[in-house]
Amino acid sequence: MDDTVVGNRSSPSYRWEVPPGRNGWAQPTHGPAPANAPASAPAVGAVAPGTAALLILADGRFPAGGHAHSGGAEAAVKAGRIHDAVTLEAFCRGRLHTAGLTAAALAAAAAAGVDPLVLDEAADARTPVPALRTTARRLGRQLMRAARATWPSPELDALAAARPRGAHQPVVQGLAARAAGLDPRAAAYAAAYESAGGPASAAVRLLSLDPFDATTVLARLAPEMDRIAARAAEAGHRALDEGPGALPAAAAPLLDIAAEQHAAWPVRLFAS
Amino acid sequence: MHLDHPETYPQRHTHGADPRRPDGTRRALRIGLGGPVGSGKTATVAALCRALRDELSIAVVTNDIYTREDAEFLLRNAVLPAERISAVETGACPHTAIRDDISANLEAVEDLEEGVGPLDLILVESGGDNLTATFSKGLVDAQVFVIDVAGGDDIPRKGGPGVTTADLLVVNKTDLAPYVGSDLERMARDAKEQRGDLPVAFTSLVAPEGVRPIADWVRERLAAWTAAPA
Amino acid sequence: MTHTGGTAVRATARLVAEADGRGGTALPVLAGDGPLALRRTRATGDGEACVTVVGAMSAPLGGDHIALTADVGPGARLRVGSAAATLALPGRSAEPAHYAIRLTVADGATLHWLPEPLISAHGSDLRMTTTVELAPTARLVLREEQILGRFGEPPGALTSRLTVHRAGRPLLDQELSYGPGAPGWDGGAVLGGHRAAGQLLVVDPAYDSDPVQPRLLSDTAVITPLTGPAALVSAVATDGLRLRRMLDEGLNSRPRPGRCRVRTPA
Repeated sequence: MDDTVVGNRSSPSYRWEVPPGRNGWAQPTHGPAPANAPASAPAVGAVAPGTAALLILADGRFPAGGHAHSGGAEAAVKAGRIHDAVTLEAFCRGRLHTAGLTAAALAAAAAAGVDPLVLDEAADARTPVPALRTTARRLGRQLMRAARATWPSPELDALAAARPRGAHQPVVQGLAARAAGLDPRAAAYAAAYESAGGPASAAVRLLSLDPFDATTVLARLAPEMDRIAARAAEAGHRALDEGPGALPAAAAPLLDIAAEQHAAWPVRLFAS
Repeated sequence: MHLDHPETYPQRHTHGADPRRPDGTRRALRIGLGGPVGSGKTATVAALCRALRDELSIAVVTNDIYTREDAEFLLRNAVLPAERISAVETGACPHTAIRDDISANLEAVEDLEEGVGPLDLILVESGGDNLTATFSKGLVDAQVFVIDVAGGDDIPRKGGPGVTTADLLVVNKTDLAPYVGSDLERMARDAKEQRGDLPVAFTSLVAPEGVRPIADWVRERLAAWTAAPA
Repeated sequence: MTHTGGTAVRATARLVAEADGRGGTALPVLAGDGPLALRRTRATGDGEACVTVVGAMSAPLGGDHIALTADVGPGARLRVGSAAATLALPGRSAEPAHYAIRLTVADGATLHWLPEPLISAHGSDLRMTTTVELAPTARLVLREEQILGRFGEPPGALTSRLTVHRAGRPLLDQELSYGPGAPGWDGGAVLGGHRAAGQLLVVDPAYDSDPVQPRLLSDTAVITPLTGPAALVSAVATDGLRLRRMLDEGLNSRPRPGRCRVRTPA
């Protein structure tokens, strides 16, 4: 990759190092250790401190624009692929294990300290349709705004400056988690939860689905979210040394195809 | 309106309500327009644009419920060039997009400022919603709540955050009052009771110069905004 | 080719194409192995070498590790197809089968990689990887089709990852997983009841100045530009024939590298 290297990477590692900013209080305190940090960071898979911060980040009310996006549910409802709780569950399960896993691993890698510009490029390669690239960058930009206000960090500032039109949302999510003092697995949880939670809450509005049914769908998927988050965190750590090729690239054809269809609709409830 | 504590919110520059542009100059005044469905919000925005576009650099952000219809109405009526109108999609919840999660609207506002150059005024129109829908102070500097006489002359008496706290309450379609049996004096009395000294404008947008009370109010706000220390 | 643990096969077939200096393409290496035999099938007038992969056995079976490598040298033109669909079958071993394809295309070279579909038979378990390294001015047309189950049967487990780098940077990275072991694969997010899925990738430096515009080809097929000089047709369909029709339409709907027009035999 010689002259094409982006960001500030010291070969052969993919770690990202940002010079500390003026305001020191927002530096990650429990997050994954930068290369030169003392070995006091929690081990992979350890229960993370800062669980409350994860709840804030993953909360559907976190003001980062998610409420206007259906995660593909609006197109799937129109095509008849989601029409009740059972089909919603199948949809959410498929999204969690494909786009959700991919997003969770990107988030985990960003939280682990992999160069976010390398991850942003990896996210582009994993997002073959422009409708979803646009959505990911728009949501990334909105999340960046909320995260910088909530957990100020020089790393977030640096990525915002490098990608003023927005980096891919999972990359920002991982960096936001890091700024909030969360570990890679927590970042993966936030992304994984959103991948299923977004369509589930949209389906309530789209189908007038019983909200208890939609929440039950999420509860039934919870053990799978645990596994996805663990797998994503493991891959995120490996990406520190192996690069973004170590990250999953799980894809779902209908999510891609339908997203491009949805973007062309003249009338719709959700932005994606 | 800006009761920030810099030491508590050191990154407040990422917040939409900061009155300065990154270069230190005072940014455009942002005025929100909310109110129930059909009260005439889009018509008010269109009339304001026509009344003010020769003296001010204006842009509009619309928040539709499920279409881009309001933006398209403004485009069709050619009140502003297309690049000065931006539609935000709200996932069926306009009040969320103007109050609880304003990130998409802030993006739209900033993109307009970036795209069409320095602006004097940005109008942010909410999709029609209920009487509790108000704009976040992180998004707009002042808000107008538009109701109409045909919606029932008891709306001012019922109150609610829109009626009681908006910087300007507009009672629109006064020309219809005789036909729908609405008592304008009663509406004015009830509004005064709910709002104290906050202004109320009675308008009929079908009349020539019908938007004038609102346009004059906007000019006043803008003068105060521009005169304030950067 | 080596046998391990009874019936499992380890084999690597290798293919090298080079410009012959007279406007044509030579094949200095054409080495089949095990289940994969390579045949030079016809010489065309436009300097292109054509090779057909002949599946000498019903491969891959569970436990097999087979690999196929093709290197296209500077300025060479290579077209690779296959004689028949590749059928993934269960083996005696409970281990999954592995099938790795590695392609490199040098500057000024063109590769058409157009195999017949992969059919995932009930009870099979195949992990397939296709890794492509493209030089900055390389051109590529690559088709991938997966048919889930033979007629009327549920599919086996199939995971297929396609990773394409161009000038050392990631261009496309996609892993598709279907069948048992891929939760939600048949739901509305992934296949929604369809039994054939495929994609067709066209990489051409000409797209830098004239990128493809996103376009719907049907309710379940779309052509889109990647981040880079490339277009991707993504499609799902009820069967392989309909799938092929959509992929062909995507490819033929606009100019593409080389002079070859891809046609489906009736």
